[in-house]
Amino acid sequence: MTGYFHSVRLETKKCKGCTNCIRRCPTEAIRVREGRACIIVERCIDCGECIRVCPNKAKTAVSDSYEKLAAFQYRIALPAPALYGQFKGEYTVGQIDGALLQLGFDDVFEVAYAADLITAATQEYVAEVGTPRPLISQACPAVVSLIQVRFPLLLPHLIPIDSPMNAAARLAKDQAVAKGYARADTGAFFITPCPAKITAVRQPQQHFTNYVDGVLSIQEVYGDLLQVLKSGVTQLRVTASGAGINWGGAGGEAAAMGNDVATLTVDGIHNVIGILEEVEMGHLKEIDYLECQACTGGCVGGALTVVNQNLARMYLKKLAAADGVPEKGQQGTALLERYNRFGIKKNIRPRQPFSLDEDVAKAISKLDLLERTLESLPGLDCGSCGAPTCRALAEDIVRGLSSETDCVFKLREKVSNLARKVMELASLVPPSMGGVRETKNEGNGEADNEID
Amino acid sequence: MQFTDTPGSLSYRFAVEGMNFKTAGSAAMRIKRLLLDVGYEPQLARRAAIIAYELEMNLIIHGGGGQLAVKLSPDFIEIYAGDQGPGIPDVELAMQEGYSTAPPQVREMGLGAGMGLPNVKHWADVLKIDTKVDEGTRLRAIVYCTQSK
Repeated sequence: MTGYFHSVRLETKKCKGCTNCIRRCPTEAIRVREGRACIIVERCIDCGECIRVCPNKAKTAVSDSYEKLAAFQYRIALPAPALYGQFKGEYTVGQIDGALLQLGFDDVFEVAYAADLITAATQEYVAEVGTPRPLISQACPAVVSLIQVRFPLLLPHLIPIDSPMNAAARLAKDQAVAKGYARADTGAFFITPCPAKITAVRQPQQHFTNYVDGVLSIQEVYGDLLQVLKSGVTQLRVTASGAGINWGGAGGEAAAMGNDVATLTVDGIHNVIGILEEVEMGHLKEIDYLECQACTGGCVGGALTVVNQNLARMYLKKLAAADGVPEKGQQGTALLERYNRFGIKKNIRPRQPFSLDEDVAKAISKLDLLERTLESLPGLDCGSCGAPTCRALAEDIVRGLSSETDCVFKLREKVSNLARKVMELASLVPPSMGGVRETKNEGNGEADNEID
Repeated sequence: MQFTDTPGSLSYRFAVEGMNFKTAGSAAMRIKRLLLDVGYEPQLARRAAIIAYELEMNLIIHGGGGQLAVKLSPDFIEIYAGDQGPGIPDVELAMQEGYSTAPPQVREMGLGAGMGLPNVKHWADVLKIDTKVDEGTRLRAIVYCTQSK
């Protein structure tokens, strides 16, 4: 089905049809068909779990390449805070920013700087708006998609404030225009740690305007950056605070919110699901701000990063302490005013790919069939049928996408029944060849034996 | 009051064990998934799921276990909880926020804050309670698909 773009793709040649990815997918969005993993586009949230778990490296993310820079006269790099944690702490934030200029960019705008502004806007929002609680930030696009797909009931909990990435793109382009460049000639490129951000740019959500023109992955630029850094670069002046830089690691958002706000940080998509289940049940009302990070470790744990997330988080923290500049104060207040606190629309649409039928009555009878089908399945969740669980297979059967014999155990049962029947038929010998015709047993259970 | 099947609707029953906190919430979780599969309006589904959760916790903490059931119909969602526990001596009191008879070890777990029944009443369109001291409690909560609360 069309209508959804996803950055997560499959390199069919590398896929061996193993079932590692289907079991890890948080939205049961993958099936193995004809020996290849297929993504159900309506369900995919681009979290990158499958990229991480694939033993054959068959799952990839489609990002832009350097060639796309040529489409613009004035190219601005938007480094994700997570980028700074990838260099063992050997280079300063200013040096890493400076190195980006040598990769073909004309300017660098720190996303960490925008994170400072988003923090301030969020602090105001949390103070002004009493319910619902907890409020959930929209910085992680995989979390936003997850809520649309699996927790549509929690959409009102999302804070209607733009992501630091998009805010940075907007600010950077306005700055360029103020310098005299035409808006159409100005391109903003995000350096991303994760596939979800690529999707967020390629297929923007309906509830805000996207300002980012292209996305390069950290993995893609890493080698070049390292070379440039080794040969020595001029530092750029750092604009972000330590708190903004720390947004790149789990807990960074919450820490930036300060002590007056009750915060909770959850990282790792399966942990996030666990906590959202709680929120859905009406719990965690004592928490003001819930920082949900799809990746373990936060953005530094993104599927398109290079360094181990635990190390990256340590390096990032050190850099944040050493290189961060004081908070923005007056200048920040003015920007928040001018940009209307980076507010975005509240009407985020749910995606309901789990509903069995648009008609509730039909869905109920399909559900009945689903549950009865499930009872006949072995319940081993082995994945051999290509679906992650027996329930997912039952669901596919009800949707008409699979059949019961896709289950190897059901197939074996049928084959063995058939074999038994064949054996029974084979044992029948015509009377002319000396066989005894089977007679109906009339009252006496030993009648057959007596004939023998 | 009994939980019976109705033509055109679909019922599921779940056994809930008393004082077993390892599996607490799992029946409500199953119910939530069923609601998601049917594709009820998100807000309706959430109300029914919260009711199921609160009633399951009540069965665990107060009822000594029992049965949690759900009936899915195009017109309504019904949640039923039945136990053979101590019963509720004063229903009106139990309906007050903050009134709780939960034992201290349960409160130490952060549960039993006395919000259960008031919360069920808040989210249900209809709540019927049939209780007798020393015999047990049966509850029926209904969420109508046409109303919005």
